[in-house]
Amino acid sequence: MNLKHALAVLGLAGLSALAHAQDPNLARNLAATCANCHGTNGHSVGGMDSLAGETQEKLMQKLMDFKSGDKPATIMHQIVKGYSDEQLKLITAWFAAQK
Amino acid sequence: MFTRRDFLKTAGVAAAGSTTLAGLSACATVGGTSRGHVVIVGGGYGGATTAKYLRMWSNGTVDVTLIERNPTFVSCPISNLVIGGIKQMEDITVSYDNLKSKWGVKLITDEVTAVDTAKRTVTTAKNGTVGYDRLVLSPGIDFIPNAVAGLDGNEERIPHAWKAGPQTVVLRKQLQDMADGGVFALHIPKVPYRCPPGPYERACVVANYLRQAKPKSKVLVLDANGEIQSKKALFTKAFESYKGMIEYVPNSELRGVDAASRTAELEFDKIKADVLNVIPPMRAGNIALKAGLPLINDRWVDVDWLTLEAKGVPGVHVLGDALFPAPTMPKSGHMANQHGKVAAAAILNLFEGLAPNPTPVVMNTCYSFVDNKNVIHVASVHQYDAEKKQPMPVQGAGGVSMAANELEGKAALAWAKNIWADMLA
Repeated sequence: MNLKHALAVLGLAGLSALAHAQDPNLARNLAATCANCHGTNGHSVGGMDSLAGETQEKLMQKLMDFKSGDKPATIMHQIVKGYSDEQLKLITAWFAAQK
Repeated sequence: MFTRRDFLKTAGVAAAGSTTLAGLSACATVGGTSRGHVVIVGGGYGGATTAKYLRMWSNGTVDVTLIERNPTFVSCPISNLVIGGIKQMEDITVSYDNLKSKWGVKLITDEVTAVDTAKRTVTTAKNGTVGYDRLVLSPGIDFIPNAVAGLDGNEERIPHAWKAGPQTVVLRKQLQDMADGGVFALHIPKVPYRCPPGPYERACVVANYLRQAKPKSKVLVLDANGEIQSKKALFTKAFESYKGMIEYVPNSELRGVDAASRTAELEFDKIKADVLNVIPPMRAGNIALKAGLPLINDRWVDVDWLTLEAKGVPGVHVLGDALFPAPTMPKSGHMANQHGKVAAAAILNLFEGLAPNPTPVVMNTCYSFVDNKNVIHVASVHQYDAEKKQPMPVQGAGGVSMAANELEGKAALAWAKNIWADMLA
């Protein structure tokens, strides 16, 4: 994760903390909901995209394109709509930080 | 001698009556490496996931004992493909070895005979009694005794195959031994039952096999419900594609069976089958009853959705199919895995003296095969609603496939590989 990402995540976490008490492991917990298909910590064992170590920009772009319908999908366009943009930012930052 | 565990227990008891768990937090800094001992009963989708994630997220500082009666994990999802002859038992069987060697989970292969939630102990048939700081029960389902007259004790002759393992093999063999022109009758109980789309998938993959191997045969689906309970339009279309081979009969609640003649007794009808596959009415697994947990409708465990602790029984977390579900939440392996992660996160917070995550999210994906390669899905995302105190499905999210397709056939098998690894590798 580069400095810009780190600041973005810190900023986000700071804002959320003001809004409501946020769990210190919220990003980790949210990202774990993806692991059933995309592998533990985003390391797919095959047949699904690995998410670990991808840049946050790339992951966010994909997810927002699924959300808008710009990127065709079998299932992700339906799943991504279940998460707020703020949650998606936490998730993508977390996967970007995985080795 | 006053051991660490005793101290944890005392602190836990003291904290239970107050609004703070500060005692536990202080304890975590008192030397040693273990922050507590979690015993997990049941190594299926919920329990195995909890075991791995507790060890992973605590960097090995929480001790985990997993008690599971089966020596290997056998998956219910994908087991219909074994019945349909598309996959073999070894394809749905996974070792517990990595949980032991890679993650440091203590595995006890044994049957749990008693749970004492006051003394915080679990007793096994052959390995004595184990104490715990927190208990996780992932008991799956058991069938309600005497719900179908004449059925109990005849599961070799009238298999359910609704728990993967020997029953899967029994049903596959009966299907193989059936003569061409035979009737395969499948009974579906009233909702709620484990894996809502599972019975309809089974009807499809059995028909897929019969279409090739025994084309004069018939699949009779006797559904106690008034209509198909999951992916209705897609399964209706799939049934039609078998051109009369599958007959779907709604409102067919089973009153009894005659095992000798393999006859299903409905309210107004008796149907003799060559293979009779009865999925009986079910409830939370027997371990939940042994632990004395209060049940809703004598069937399901009510939980606090922030920690997955059974209501009224702090320190005992319950996962998966055994739960009284939140609105539209399916009883599925995928969902049990998600429950396991919420429970693991909550347990680690509680050991630290922190409140559980106030905003947990769980999601579900169920893939169903309609033949040997085409698949349909249903997906949903459930966000915790602080007012309703339970996860609620996100409106506008989730949904089903446009149509059965091969791409999702590949995705379904990749899903299986990845979720098995997420639990066990």
